[in-house]
Amino acid sequence: MKRSTQPPLWLLFGAGGMLSALIGWMLVFLTGVAAPLDLFGVRGMLSYENVLAFARNPIGKLFLFAVVALFMWHAAHRIYHTLHDFGVHPGPVAWLSCYGVALAVTVLSAFRLLALGF
Amino acid sequence: MAIRRTYVRPMAGWWKRNAFFKRYMAREVTALFVAAYALVLLAGLARLSQGHDAFEQWLDGLRSPLSIAFHILLLAIFVYHTYSWFTIMPKTMAPVVVGGKRLSNAAITGMGLAASAVIGIGFFVFLKVLAA
Amino acid sequence: MPDTRTIDVEVLRYQPGEAAEPYTQTFKVPFTDDMSVLQGLQYIKDHLDGSLTFRWSCRMAICGSCGVMIDGVPHLGCRTFLREYFPGPIKVEALSHFPIERDLVVDAGDFIDKLPKIKPWIVPKEPRTLAQGEFLQTPAQLERYEQFSHCINCMLCYAACPQYGLDPKWLGPGLTALLHRYNVDSRDGAQAERMDLVHSEEGVWSCTAVGYCSEVCPKAVDPANAVNQNKMASAVSFFTRFLKRGD
Repeated sequence: MKRSTQPPLWLLFGAGGMLSALIGWMLVFLTGVAAPLDLFGVRGMLSYENVLAFARNPIGKLFLFAVVALFMWHAAHRIYHTLHDFGVHPGPVAWLSCYGVALAVTVLSAFRLLALGF
Repeated sequence: MAIRRTYVRPMAGWWKRNAFFKRYMAREVTALFVAAYALVLLAGLARLSQGHDAFEQWLDGLRSPLSIAFHILLLAIFVYHTYSWFTIMPKTMAPVVVGGKRLSNAAITGMGLAASAVIGIGFFVFLKVLAA
Repeated sequence: MPDTRTIDVEVLRYQPGEAAEPYTQTFKVPFTDDMSVLQGLQYIKDHLDGSLTFRWSCRMAICGSCGVMIDGVPHLGCRTFLREYFPGPIKVEALSHFPIERDLVVDAGDFIDKLPKIKPWIVPKEPRTLAQGEFLQTPAQLERYEQFSHCINCMLCYAACPQYGLDPKWLGPGLTALLHRYNVDSRDGAQAERMDLVHSEEGVWSCTAVGYCSEVCPKAVDPANAVNQNKMASAVSFFTRFLKRGD
């Protein structure tokens, strides 16, 4: 019987799902609610200088890359399969749209993060 | 001999048929918002690499009432994602035996939710210390 | 005379020779608090409409014959009580995701045809003679597979599974649980052959972890766990198969 090709995509889905489940809510809170409303003194935390320093740090860079890329791979896999649940028969166009976008975001974010330098 | 002509019922709208399926669909649809937030962060990265003014402009955008309302919605959806993720997680695991007894699904979910709370708050504290 | 109340039972009926589409017929069924939905159906057949067709046998939740949809939820008719649905009406329909043969009888051919494919029997690791005696198992070894051996093939999990409904090519929750039961039995040696099925698109990769199958299982088999445990095993094997031969 032919093996399914899903496993690598499912593992990426799982990694992204776990990361977003553990830290997603706090990231959204910090960047989208706390910083704009200056709760807990967060506004100062997310200054240009601080964020740049974080993104230039090798671990910070890896963290940002993991968040952006893995969130997209998680979403791509789930959205692709949910299309099927909604009765849309997902063909190659749907596959490329979902996973293609995830790949594009992965490449773009890697490029941007590396261009920021160390 | 009696006639055989089986009848196949349509699947359209299956997920609206009961609360369990609706919760499942809500869980699946959180993925759209996880993607949306990743794109928000990607935009932030792009602005960051364009320099101080561009990044400040992006931060200003986040301060608009529309953006704040959207992120409050995102927050609720991410919390639901966390909850639904750790609820389904025990189903994906082989039995975990601790001290001779199998860890219950509720115990595994509880531990996951606790981990998320600890890691989330820990990350916040870490950033605070870093910025100081 | 025990207290008798009456409940409207709305049955989805279908006779292949007569109407093209199923239709609902309502029966007024007198019941006492100890009566199951199955007994309600038997009352209808005995006193109201002898043409009502449905499967049943043991009437004690072990044969797996009487599965029906009750108010849209898969149940064993013999183990669900009319009193719980009073004042009603209570809707009874054939199990979802299977073609209706007649009234409450579904065509279970797909399930039956797939059953031998999972090799639901012990394939000993080595040939064994009678003289060697019985297999010995520790309680821990028994625990690994025991819950999955409780499956009564009632197919409620198939009626629950939307992925099976959307694409009946997939093996389905119950058969994957049964497959897993043999794979984790210490006496068995046919894991590799069964995993071939598991690794395919028709195996575990059709599952999206809805989890409703385990909710409706009358025997607490937890097929969702059997399927999704095997996802991790299948994913790991996807990469490790190049490391060791014969996986």
